[in-house]
Amino acid sequence: MNSSRFWLWTASLATYAFLYIPLAVVVLFSFNDSVLNAEWVGFTTRWYTKLLHDDDMLHAAANSLLIALVSSSVSTLLGAMAGLSMHRYRPRWLPFLVLTPVAMPEILLGVSLLLFFRQVLDLSLGLFSILAAHITFSIGFVAVIVRARLAGMDESIFEAARDLGATPWATFRRVTLPLIMPALVAGFLMAFTLSIDDFVITFFVAGVGVNTLPLQIYSMIKVAITPEVNAVSTLLMALTLTLILVASRLAPDVLKARQ
Amino acid sequence: MSAPRSQPAGLTKWIVTLPPTLFLLAFFLVPALIVVVAGFRETGEFGGLAPIDSLAALTLDAYRFLGGDVIYLEIFARSFLVAALTTLLCIVLAYPLAWLIARSPRQRRDFLVLLVILPFASNFLVRIYAWIMLLGPVNLLYTPFAVIVGMVYAHLPFMVLPLYTNLEKHDPALLEAAQDLGANAWTRFWRVTFPLSLPGIFSGSALVFIPVLGMFAVPELLGGTGDILIGNLIKEQFLENRDWPLGSALSIMLTACVLALAGLTAWASKRGLHGTEAVS
Repeated sequence: MNSSRFWLWTASLATYAFLYIPLAVVVLFSFNDSVLNAEWVGFTTRWYTKLLHDDDMLHAAANSLLIALVSSSVSTLLGAMAGLSMHRYRPRWLPFLVLTPVAMPEILLGVSLLLFFRQVLDLSLGLFSILAAHITFSIGFVAVIVRARLAGMDESIFEAARDLGATPWATFRRVTLPLIMPALVAGFLMAFTLSIDDFVITFFVAGVGVNTLPLQIYSMIKVAITPEVNAVSTLLMALTLTLILVASRLAPDVLKARQ
Repeated sequence: MSAPRSQPAGLTKWIVTLPPTLFLLAFFLVPALIVVVAGFRETGEFGGLAPIDSLAALTLDAYRFLGGDVIYLEIFARSFLVAALTTLLCIVLAYPLAWLIARSPRQRRDFLVLLVILPFASNFLVRIYAWIMLLGPVNLLYTPFAVIVGMVYAHLPFMVLPLYTNLEKHDPALLEAAQDLGANAWTRFWRVTFPLSLPGIFSGSALVFIPVLGMFAVPELLGGTGDILIGNLIKEQFLENRDWPLGSALSIMLTACVLALAGLTAWASKRGLHGTEAVS
């Protein structure tokens, strides 16, 4: 191994360590039998048991799951439509509408929706405002994944279907839909993890009534740091990790879409 | 026969295009425009905005207020400084990694990319929280250092991915040619690889710089009281002071900065591409 290769590997391994050590510490200390996060005392699973009896946490988790399930379903449908439209009909305004919410700082979407719901619709904040916000920022991710999948396909398949007399609907159902199915599943999983993880936008549109897992973690970190946070963080990590892995298996473009 | 076929095709276009368009008009474009209007309104009696019947009473108060205090200028300047430093550190850390991945055997590349993404699959707050745990015991928490570390940690993959995508496309023949012409490893990097990678650096920088500008959670949880950024200021106006016109004016100014940066990046990467044409 020559010296430039050696340094390349050293620098890269250091960066990988920088990425992984903090998370490894969180996971490790979630099994630490001490109320303090300072030193290792012994192995325990009591923080996980404690989570199971923490009503606030369970409530927040149930809200997060419900919101993620509904918002990712709707945004998969709308995002797939947007992706199809951008690929086939190329309306000029659609990329702007679909991609800008993804590209701008989250706080801007958060405050604009807060203003909109409170000042214009005079709506009390809660499930509906969170759902609408999550769908808004997820559509773009799904659309990008679906469009990438369509762009990689041979147009002659659709022409062949039409030449064989298939109606547009039949072409869609029998040809397009099966072909973009992996992208739809990947888009759904991506939207699901984005929703279950979102803190910034949810923070502005949640109001006082509805709590989600990230909001719950935020208030716990702000007040006092307990090993329970390690445990819920570890569980959340395991869940999103699994979803991302499955999504990236189904559609490698997911990795690029998350940029 | 072709006429009835084109008829449903036109209909299909609208069936597919309208739902996402209408949804995003309602929940993205209209709220964005409302922020613009709100920046020219007065504060209501109980905070928020003055009632809607006084729509004609537009005022520049919020902007006058912003211009009247140098503290706001300082916070904007600090936000840009933090964003610039974060971007620079991300470039330094991401470059070797992106290069290593780009020059790895094909079957190993996806795995190495996945290793960069995976920490990102954990919740954003968990990643900040991890640094509270690490920096607390060594007395580095609530310092500007902690803010920068948190920012770099939260945004590093945004730099690695576009840079890797760029480096992967380089033709190895260019480096071989440079070597044949007697360039050493250092010269080959600075005269061939680096200029060719500028478009990747530009798009990565936009993906890091822009979100850092609006971030409020990292300064709030890792920084001290003197480390607040534009994001904290906006959050404070909307949720604590309930001065929505001021918060909106600040949001508009942040949006203007973001748009200017996006324009600059597009222009720079175009120029970067022209530059690479000259090289190749």
